[in-house]
Parts: sequence; structure tokens; C-alpha cells
Amino acid sequence: MDVLQLARWQFGITTVYHFLMVPLTIGLSVLVAGMQTAWVRTGNDRYYKMTKFWGKLLLVNFAMGVVTGIVQEFQFGMNWNSYSRFVGDVFGAPLAMEGLVAFFVESTFLGLWIFGWDRLSKKAHLACAWAFSLATMASAYFILAANSWMQHPVGVELVDGRPTMKSIWAVLTNSTALAAIPHTIAGAFSVAAAFLVGIGGWHLWRRRDEHRGVWRASLRLGGWTGVVAFVVLLVTGDMQGKLMFEQQPMKMAAAEALCHTEQPASFSIIAIGDVGSQNCEDVKTFNVPALLSFLAHNDFSTQVQGVEDLITQYQEKYGTNYPDDPALGELAGKPIDYTPSLPVTYWGFRLMIGLGAISAGIGVLALWLTRRDRIPDSKWFPRMVLLGMATPFLANSAGWIFTEMGRQPFVVVPNPTGVDGVWMFTAEAVSRISAGEVWVSLITLTTVYAALAIVEVFLMNKYVRGGIAGVLPPEKPKQDAESGETSDDDALTFAY
Amino acid sequence: MSLEILWFCIVALFFTGYLFLEGFDFGVGMLLPVLGRNDTERRVLINTIGPVWDGNEVWLIVGGGAMFAAFPGWYASLFSGAYVPLLVLLVALIGRGVAFEYRGKVDSPRWRRTWDRVIIIGSWVATLGVGMVIATTVLGLPLDAHGNRVGSPFEAFRWDTMLGSLGVAGFALVHGAAFLSLKTAGELRERARLLAIRIMPVAMLPIVALLLLVQLREGSLWTLVMLAVTAVAAVVAWLKLLANRDGQAFAALALVVVGAVVVLFGSLYPNVLPSTLDAANSLTVEGVSSSPYTLKVMTWVAAFGAPAVLVYQSWTYWVFRKRISVRNIPPVHTP
Repeated sequence: MDVLQLARWQFGITTVYHFLMVPLTIGLSVLVAGMQTAWVRTGNDRYYKMTKFWGKLLLVNFAMGVVTGIVQEFQFGMNWNSYSRFVGDVFGAPLAMEGLVAFFVESTFLGLWIFGWDRLSKKAHLACAWAFSLATMASAYFILAANSWMQHPVGVELVDGRPTMKSIWAVLTNSTALAAIPHTIAGAFSVAAAFLVGIGGWHLWRRRDEHRGVWRASLRLGGWTGVVAFVVLLVTGDMQGKLMFEQQPMKMAAAEALCHTEQPASFSIIAIGDVGSQNCEDVKTFNVPALLSFLAHNDFSTQVQGVEDLITQYQEKYGTNYPDDPALGELAGKPIDYTPSLPVTYWGFRLMIGLGAISAGIGVLALWLTRRDRIPDSKWFPRMVLLGMATPFLANSAGWIFTEMGRQPFVVVPNPTGVDGVWMFTAEAVSRISAGEVWVSLITLTTVYAALAIVEVFLMNKYVRGGIAGVLPPEKPKQDAESGETSDDDALTFAY
Repeated sequence: MSLEILWFCIVALFFTGYLFLEGFDFGVGMLLPVLGRNDTERRVLINTIGPVWDGNEVWLIVGGGAMFAAFPGWYASLFSGAYVPLLVLLVALIGRGVAFEYRGKVDSPRWRRTWDRVIIIGSWVATLGVGMVIATTVLGLPLDAHGNRVGSPFEAFRWDTMLGSLGVAGFALVHGAAFLSLKTAGELRERARLLAIRIMPVAMLPIVALLLLVQLREGSLWTLVMLAVTAVAAVVAWLKLLANRDGQAFAALALVVVGAVVVLFGSLYPNVLPSTLDAANSLTVEGVSSSPYTLKVMTWVAAFGAPAVLVYQSWTYWVFRKRISVRNIPPVHTP
């Protein structure tokens, strides 16, 4: 493989890995802050135990999210230096803002939250939890604004062949970002929701300890969160589809593996055969007539362009061959393939929607089975809720893989109503370094991440099984609810 | 002062903050096997930085982000040019960060020993890596006209950049010991203080050698003055440690960091990354800066963001200001 292939694999692997931890942190931190608020307001011991238990899982997960995030911050410069030079004027700003406004708050106030149980007043300590959880969302906002700019560059002009920022406001209120952000945040909440339903449901079903109320409350909070998140996902997903229709028609066509332009266009539910096949007639799909037209433009007769027609348009606008520049390596002078990987986009899109729906469905079923004071007996119940924990993670990954691979071969996608010249091929973005260097980093990071994934799952499993008893310090007389007064006790409440 | 120069100073400021704050974090990790004779003592050492290490590390991330936003060409050329040292640094930071959080999560001596090793090795390697990357940006890489590194992946590994590694590592050892002397109580504190006094005359030599080297190659009169200030501050720190004045010694070491960064970045200016092939290829502040508009936006963000960070991070240090000792460490409790 050449540097381009390796760098793409590396960015894909590290980002997908990072985004396993991120949504759980975002969703769970807000829910834990909510649990702690309930405890501070009502004094009910059940909410204290919930805060402690879910907070512990949050911390185990957060550590991994942080360290994989550091790699992302540097990877642009390491593997994609031509990209960094080209877009730095606009792309660097949201990244630096994310660091200055969000990362500092997150890291500092999480430290205060972990170690401050007996050093801060109850209210100050609660404020730390909220500062942390709101900062995780703020950081999502900035990084998604940066990513959305790559999908739909706005707020720039072209100076000396490079995009130069004209309006930070336009970059931060990019229509693509404003749809992507609630969609991503809702996706994060669905992950946390499935977590609460899965683990809470399993403990409830086991009837092992006296903390049944804790598990029931967790499960029901998770179930309702999942339902609300799914509604937001549907609405914002539809918004994103309509933007995609205008801003990235090729991604829209690839999502449906739509060969020829159709009017009205039908929505394919599922396909049999290789959707990436050159010959469109090889593929059988089951369609809902005119639904795609409706999704694209809110009307059942809109014309939706197919891949083959779009290729012709792209070739006219952006050329048929890559420049004959030796820096492009194997691709120099070769024809440009404007079609994203159709199997990945087609199936990624369907997996995202299908798994998201299954996840929400499991939440609803769990709510129904635990209505009033019921506790399900069936041995299928724990299997369902525990397997259900995986679905939103997979749906999130599928959605991101679809979004990112759907924009190939561009790293900065040309904006149809934007400034001419503000776009970049992925092949031109990669660093001029040796393939050996990228091989080494790809193998190293993949190995380290795999090892750490095993450790995280092991620890999560241990703490989940340990239940409430595992997270409350048993030897302290004031274990039920810490007094919140300044403590002169010798022992710290928490120490690494 | 033009915005480009202001941002050069802001980037230098972030690296000052990073070296000062993570300097003692690294030092604590490096000294773990030397000062911590049993598990409880090691837990005391780790918990002196427990609530703050993550916030300290963000200074590096924001330093990188500020470089990307204000000088994209600098970020692109340095990070791809010093690829191997950066990768090593990243892996060390990954291991170290996870180790702090996971070390106490399983009650088994083998588990703790493993993560202790990750903390110790991670701290050493990360310190050497940071030193090499900073020395590389001051001393330069073989850059072509596009700012890309030519030559082997190991161009950053030279005797003079390794002097940077040793310099930062030596400083981190002293800084870590002085910090522990300020943050712990009892026998552990005395041990840390004596160690700082004993190693300082040797451990500070590489950083002084690096500063002298940079001064001789690129320096000017005012960086020479700062070099003298740095040296005096180091001597003062040593005397204050002898006199049992932890706080004043720590403050003097802060001055050492500021002085060293001013000498390094002051000598570097107007370059941000010199080319060792041809001076015409060197990246300069004017040549790689972002547009005036972007710099203006970022200046507003920094003007409000940075002071806020200083305020709430200082507050964190105030909240956790108490010295800790072995009697403060609670028993291990895991499921």
C-alpha cells in the first residue's frame, strides 16, 4: 500500500476507535450530572448511588477517550500535511477554540469532580459535573463545525490558491454543522441510553441485591432517553438528507447506489447482489416508490441524480485525470474515480438506520416489560438488553463511515454554491513522507488501541458485575451521602 | 506589535505553560520508583498530581491547536517532519494517561506493578520526546522549498536535538522532586527535597548546554540576558531548596522555564522552523501565518479564553493545596 492508502486506513481506524468512547462520554456525562442534580435536590440516596455507579463507568471510559483524542489532534499535521497547509486558515480555528473553550474545562472540572467529593460544597461539586458535561458537548460542536466545513466549505474566499477565512460566523453556523451537531449528540445519548437499559436491566433481572430501585430507575431513564434521542435522530437525519441532496449529490446517490437519474426516485430498502458492480442490472433491490424523492426534497416527484450522470458532471467540472504531479505517487496522471465505495456507503447507510431503530425498539420493549413494578423473568430479557448495548455503537460507527467515505475522492468537498477552487482531492492532501513511517504508526497505534480495548472491556465488566457495593467506600460511616462539609479527616475520599 | 508576532508569543506561552505544568507531572512519574518505596508511597506521589495532570496535558493539545490555527505551515512541517519522535511521544502519553486512571482499579500487586511501569516508562519517554520536538523546531530540519522534510525518517535524531531531550528530562526530574517537596509531608517530603538538591547540579547541565548552544548559534543580546536570568533562577532554586523554602524554590523553577522558553523562541524568531538545507527554505513567522482575519478572530478567543483557564486552573490548585502523606491514602477498594 502507498502512503495515501495507509494514511486513510490509519485515520479511519483511529477515528472509529475514538468515536467508540466519545458518544458514551457525552451522553453519560450529562445523564450522570442529571442524577447528581436529582440527589442534591431531593436528598434521595438512590440518586447518590446512581451517580456513583454510572460515574465510575464514565471515568473508566473517559480515560480512553482522552488519550485516543490526543492522537487525532496531531494526526492532521503528521499524515495530512498538505491538507493542513491548504485549509489551516479555516480548519485550525475551530480546533484551537475546541481546545481553549472545551478541553480545558472538561479536563480541569473532571479532576475537581473526581477528587472533590469532600473538598467542595455539594453545589460547587455539582457545578463541576455540569461544567464537565456541557464542555463535552461544546467540544463536539467545535469539532463537528470543523468536519462540516470539509463536507460543505463556507465562509471563505480564495487567496493565492488557498481558502482564507472571511467569516467565522459562517463557519460556525454552517447549515451542515447545524444539522450534524444535534444528530451526533442524539446519537451519543442513544449510546448512553442503551448502556443504562442494558446494565440496569441485567441487574434488575438478576434480583441480586437490595438496590433494585437503583437499577429500575436507571433502566427507565435509559429507555426514555433512548426514545427521545431516536425522535431527534429521525428529524435531524431527515434534515441532513435534504442538505446532502443539495450539497453532496454524489453522496446521496451513493447512499442509494442509484445508478441512473430517476424522477421520481424510489428508496431502496435492501439489495441483493453486489451494489458496487459496474453493471447496474446485476443488482436487485426492493424499493419504496418515490420515497427517496420525498426524503431529498419533501415532494414525491423530485428528480434525484444517479451516480453515472454525476460522474459526467464532475469530470466536466474537476477534470478526468489527476494532475501529472510526481507528488501524487501512483495516482499521478491517472483517471479520477468520482464514485465513493458503493458497498460501504449503501450498507453503511442501512446499518445506521436499522441498528438505530433496533436500539430504540429495545428501549421501548424494556420500558414495557418493566411497567409499574414488574421485573421480567424471561432469560431472553437480559440477552436482549445486553446485546442491545452494542447497537447504537455500531449505528454511530456506520453513520460516520458512511459520512466520511461518501465524500471520497474529496477531502474538502466542492460546495455547489460556494467559491470556485475551494476543494481538495484526498490524494493531494496526504503528507510527503515515506510509507514506512505510516506503516509503523498504523501498526503501533492499532496494536496499542486493541490492547487497551481489552483492558477497558475487562474493567467495565468488573465494575458492572461489582454493582453498587463496588463503587461505595464501605468502611466510611458517612457512606450514604457525604456531608459536603470541609473534611478534616485524614483519609482522602478518593485517591488513585 | 503585529498579530503574527503576538501569536508567536501566544504559542510560546502555551509551551511555557506546558513545560511548567507537565514538567513536574513527568518528573513525578519518572521518580516513582526512586521515591516511592512501597505501594502507599507510590500512591502519595501519584495523587499529588491526581486531580490536575489531565488539565496540565491539555496545554500541549491547545499549543498544537494554536500552532495549527495561527501558523498552519509550521504545524504541518514540524509534525510531519518530526514524525517518529511525535509518534513515540503519543504512544507514551496514551499509556501514561490510561495508567493513572486504571492503576487503582484492580486490587492486585501484579496489576499495579504493570501500570507503575507504564507510568515510569511513559513519563521518561514522553519527556525525552517533548524535549526532542522542541529542540527540533529551534534547531531545524532539512526542509525543501515546500516545507517537506527530505532525507530519512530519523532526521530529527541528532546530537543537538538529543541535548534537548536530556535538557527537558533533567529539568523535569528536578522540577518533579521540588514539586513533591512542596506537596507531600513527612519523610517522603524530606526525601524528595534531598533528592532535588543532590541531582540538581548535574540534571540541569543539559538544559544549560542546550541554551548555550542555541545562544551561540542564533542568539542576540537580549536572549543572553534571559539566559543569565535563567541560570541565576536555577541557582536560587537550589539555594531555596537547601534553605527548606519549597514554595520559593518552586517559584524560581517557574522562572527557569520562562527564561528557557524565551531564550529558545527568542533565538528562533523570525523563523518558526529553520531549514538545515537552505536558509531560503526556512519557515518564518510572516511566511506561514494565517490570514489577518483568522488571527484577529483567534486573538479575541484567546483574550477571553486564556485568562479564564488561568483562573479556574489556579482555583483547582487552591482546592487541592493541602500536602498529602501516607496517612491520607485510603485503603484500596475495588469490586
